[in-house]
Amino acid sequence: MDALLSNRKALFGGAIMVTFLLMALVGPCFVQDPKGFVGLPLQPPSLDHWLGTTGQGQDVLAQTVAGARSSLSIGLIVGFSVVAIGALVGTTAGYFGGWVDDVLSTVINVFLIMPGLPLMVVLAAYLPPGPGSIALVLILTGWSWSARVVRSQALSLRRKDFVAAAQVAGERPLRIIAVEILPNMTSLLVSAFIGATNYAIAAQVGLEFLGLGEVSAVTWGTNLYWATNDAALLTGSWWTFVPTGLAVALVSFSLVLINTALDELGNPRLRSERAFVQALGLRAISPDEPTPVVRRPS
Amino acid sequence: MKYVLRRLLFYVIAAWASVTLAFFIPRMMPGDPTSTMFARFKGKLDPAALDDLRAAFGFTDGTLLEQYGVYLGNVLRGELGISIEYYPATVSSVIGNALVWTLVLAGVAVVISFTLGTLGGVLAAWRRGGWLDSTLPPLFVLLGAFPYFWLAMALLFVLGFQLELFPLGHAYDDRIAPEASWAFFSSVVGHAVLPAATIVLATMGAWMLDMRNTMIAVMGEDYIKLAVAKGLSPRRVMLRYAARNALLPNVTSFGMALGFVVSGSILTEIVFSYPGQGYLLLQAVQSQDYPLMQGLFLTITLAVLGANLLVDVAYAWLDPRTRQG
Repeated sequence: MDALLSNRKALFGGAIMVTFLLMALVGPCFVQDPKGFVGLPLQPPSLDHWLGTTGQGQDVLAQTVAGARSSLSIGLIVGFSVVAIGALVGTTAGYFGGWVDDVLSTVINVFLIMPGLPLMVVLAAYLPPGPGSIALVLILTGWSWSARVVRSQALSLRRKDFVAAAQVAGERPLRIIAVEILPNMTSLLVSAFIGATNYAIAAQVGLEFLGLGEVSAVTWGTNLYWATNDAALLTGSWWTFVPTGLAVALVSFSLVLINTALDELGNPRLRSERAFVQALGLRAISPDEPTPVVRRPS
Repeated sequence: MKYVLRRLLFYVIAAWASVTLAFFIPRMMPGDPTSTMFARFKGKLDPAALDDLRAAFGFTDGTLLEQYGVYLGNVLRGELGISIEYYPATVSSVIGNALVWTLVLAGVAVVISFTLGTLGGVLAAWRRGGWLDSTLPPLFVLLGAFPYFWLAMALLFVLGFQLELFPLGHAYDDRIAPEASWAFFSSVVGHAVLPAATIVLATMGAWMLDMRNTMIAVMGEDYIKLAVAKGLSPRRVMLRYAARNALLPNVTSFGMALGFVVSGSILTEIVFSYPGQGYLLLQAVQSQDYPLMQGLFLTITLAVLGANLLVDVAYAWLDPRTRQG
């Protein structure tokens, strides 16, 4: 944890994320009613409405703040479920091997190779619109990626001595997976969770932008849906779609930053690369030399 | 050969799985699938034609297994039913018309993006820590954080609506007849530039970072040191020795990324009202045109599977190790 706090990327990414989480939790209490008709439609930013008004006369700031709640909560729920299913399928395939692995790997690969968006659209179009449906669709189309990552890690872990020791000691497979294998891939699971959350937020915004969510709810995706429906581009009202886009981008960027920081902590080679290249640069040595020698005999 | 056959088997399974998914999704949903699917046809079709359409989707009398058999036969013959939105055109003809535009737009964009991204990755890895390496990767990470379609909206807004440098949508100027003339051709190119640029911008980063990382790994290999030691020109070492070997793993990720590119180009087409598969998909969603939606799902999925198969064949041809094993 100390190492995490001293990493600039982790600190910066974490700060953005905490800001948005706070905004989602308590923000709606401080802004106007996001659905209320509070002013003339399509007004540019002013003192009354810091980010202007939408085509329906709603406050853009209020909508952006209120949208965070639904978008972030669905993102986190989907992220968690995707990793849970991925861990279950991945460890089963990786640990048992043989025909179990063959069958599960084929299923994982089929889901991986199918383009996500058309499948999501078809699923979402048949389900009744609402946050539950969106979450279900995202879980169905997103689990395969984390299952693949977990499977390859489980494959390498099951060959380790401590797993063999547990097997010889007569432990049941379920216990070996839960006690020996899963705890040893905590960092992988955390990074898969962050990646899956990022995917879920982006995909949810995309689906709702297409009008496949509940269009009367206030989320980041429906904000953008209404912005295009109210001809934001034609009327030049950039303030109706820029704040939401920036919010999505900031959240996604912070998640990427946190994930990179975790990677660097786990893999010192990545961390030192920049310092190494800088140190070489100071001494006017190109890092491409096969064996850079930093200290030269004087 | 064994490798290609094994991959072929996998794609047959994947194709069967997607066709089966398209069959079961409407049947697993709450409510009566036939009435959801065909309610919008009421008044447009006479009852006999409606029965034909039900048959096209396998909604016939009989057990689920029999329905499935009828449906599979129809899909194999390319009979995907009739579109509601474009009634009385068949789904296959509507999709066929739009397919050309998607292939032109996404095809050109993918090739440009892969080439530029790979070259960028090679140069960034070669001058590691140089200006290219320290500016482009963070920039692309930042760009990648924005939703794909939002970038398209922002570009269209600034370059199309505000600066009026590019047309605002559609594949060509309505005033020009689609014929083999210079005016038509230049109009098509002019309309494709901005949507294609969006796809390139949004997908290039991933390929660049991939290529950069594999390049760095390859550059640590002994044969690179040997090539440098025997005095080959840096250019030759970079392109003939390092880049060539680093390209191989990237070819497989090319196949994997295709699905992502297709999903992205669907959203891009929607923003630019570009008359391809994506725009059609949006229209199908908005008018609840379920036959068209399902046809599009099948076409897009099968196209991505086919492209992946081609990539695998190319991989087997490029990498001799797969042929031995």
